[in-house]
Amino acid sequence: MNYTFHFGVVWDDWHALAWGTWLTIQLSASAMVLGLLVAIAGALGKTMGPKPVRWLVDAYVEAIRNTPFLVQLFLIFFGLPAAGLRMSANEAALFAMVVNVGAYATEIVRAGIENIHRGQVEAGLALGLRPLQVFRYVILFPALQTIYPALCSQFILLMLSSSVVSTISAQELTAAANDLQSRTFRSFEIYIVVTAIYLALSLAFSGTFAAIRRAVFVETGKR
Amino acid sequence: MSATTGAAGGEPIITLEGVSKRFGSFQALRNINLEVHRGERIVICGPSGSGKSTLIRCINQLEHHQQGRIVFDGREIGPHAHGLDQIRREIGMVFQSFNLFPHLTVLQNCTLAPMKVRSTARAEAEALARRYLERVRIPEQANKYPGQLSGGQQQRVAIARALCMNPKVMLFDEPTSALDPEMVKEVLETMIGLAEDGMTMLCVTHEMGFARSVAHRVIFMDAGEIVEQAPPETFFAHPKSERTRTFLGQILPHG
Repeated sequence: MNYTFHFGVVWDDWHALAWGTWLTIQLSASAMVLGLLVAIAGALGKTMGPKPVRWLVDAYVEAIRNTPFLVQLFLIFFGLPAAGLRMSANEAALFAMVVNVGAYATEIVRAGIENIHRGQVEAGLALGLRPLQVFRYVILFPALQTIYPALCSQFILLMLSSSVVSTISAQELTAAANDLQSRTFRSFEIYIVVTAIYLALSLAFSGTFAAIRRAVFVETGKR
Repeated sequence: MSATTGAAGGEPIITLEGVSKRFGSFQALRNINLEVHRGERIVICGPSGSGKSTLIRCINQLEHHQQGRIVFDGREIGPHAHGLDQIRREIGMVFQSFNLFPHLTVLQNCTLAPMKVRSTARAEAEALARRYLERVRIPEQANKYPGQLSGGQQQRVAIARALCMNPKVMLFDEPTSALDPEMVKEVLETMIGLAEDGMTMLCVTHEMGFARSVAHRVIFMDAGEIVEQAPPETFFAHPKSERTRTFLGQILPHG
């Protein structure tokens, strides 16, 4: 093998990659926040909702977890316009990511809720809290605390799988790299740098998650 | 202190008529009839599985009875009763395993329900909470988390938390059974203090010293039935039923 690296082309277009990186961060962070909201609603429906709601949540979770993300993305971006719902590539990408991570996170949050001791719910009800208040003030926070590490791993996976949305030309890091590659043909250099950026992003998100945990989930002593 | 204060007067605050409850094929309660009067203090005892916990858990509908009627303060309660939460807020409950909310401080444990259920302003709810924490003699723990307290302290917080709702009745479900022996006393003293203030109390407990000194009436249950009930002097000195005598023989030091 006799290959000479020319990283110069990457540095010349660093702003394109930087912009792509920023969009990946934005897209991922938005999808995490919205996906968590979907997950909380889904887990609430699954654990406390009436039968039809539970069934609906089950159907959603199973449909999403047993089909490829790429196909879900195509269905939303190329399929929905036929039904009159037209979205930009970036909107479709965000929508697909929220729908996708929402399903996985629903199962994670549900596991956290089911891990809460029955006595907690009873204490809340005995005080006169209504079931939804028990969910909000008694169950939710300890449930999220329990499953926080699992949720964080899921969110990191989400950020990494966001590279898939480059296929519908959503403007994020991988798309920026593809674009640069098609202009310079320096695939090796470009994807080495992009790989390093994704690695750095993962570490940065992990660090942020750890900081959030320290800030939000206070030390509450031995149980 | 003896069981003399006006226990029998007035209309009952809780009435159970022919209440039965099954868990699958297990008959937990059989045709329970019981009247609890305002200010009355009742101790319920009986062997494990006799239905005593189920009985008081039916009163605030943590368990739903299948037959009979339960009337609280003039309102019939049941699984489909409207405003079950409105009835529950009038009935304080203390659990064997404390069930404090681990993510909230002691003070927040006490202010949650007053603020969310009774829409009490924060400052007022906190003042109320501090007053009751004072009363259970742990005001200095207000900003700690439950996990940082001993079992006895946790149970006293649980009592304060229930009192913050100004309940008309307090239910105690084996409040000292999960405690180390040296902590039983502090919780019982708190309960005796409540009794002296005239609180209507139903206590499931095996603390017979507590029953002797505080109860107006002791109820013995076995196999889901009320076998015997009497004022404590009579109950301990002259138990009528053989089952009661056997039970007392097992739990009292000298038969």
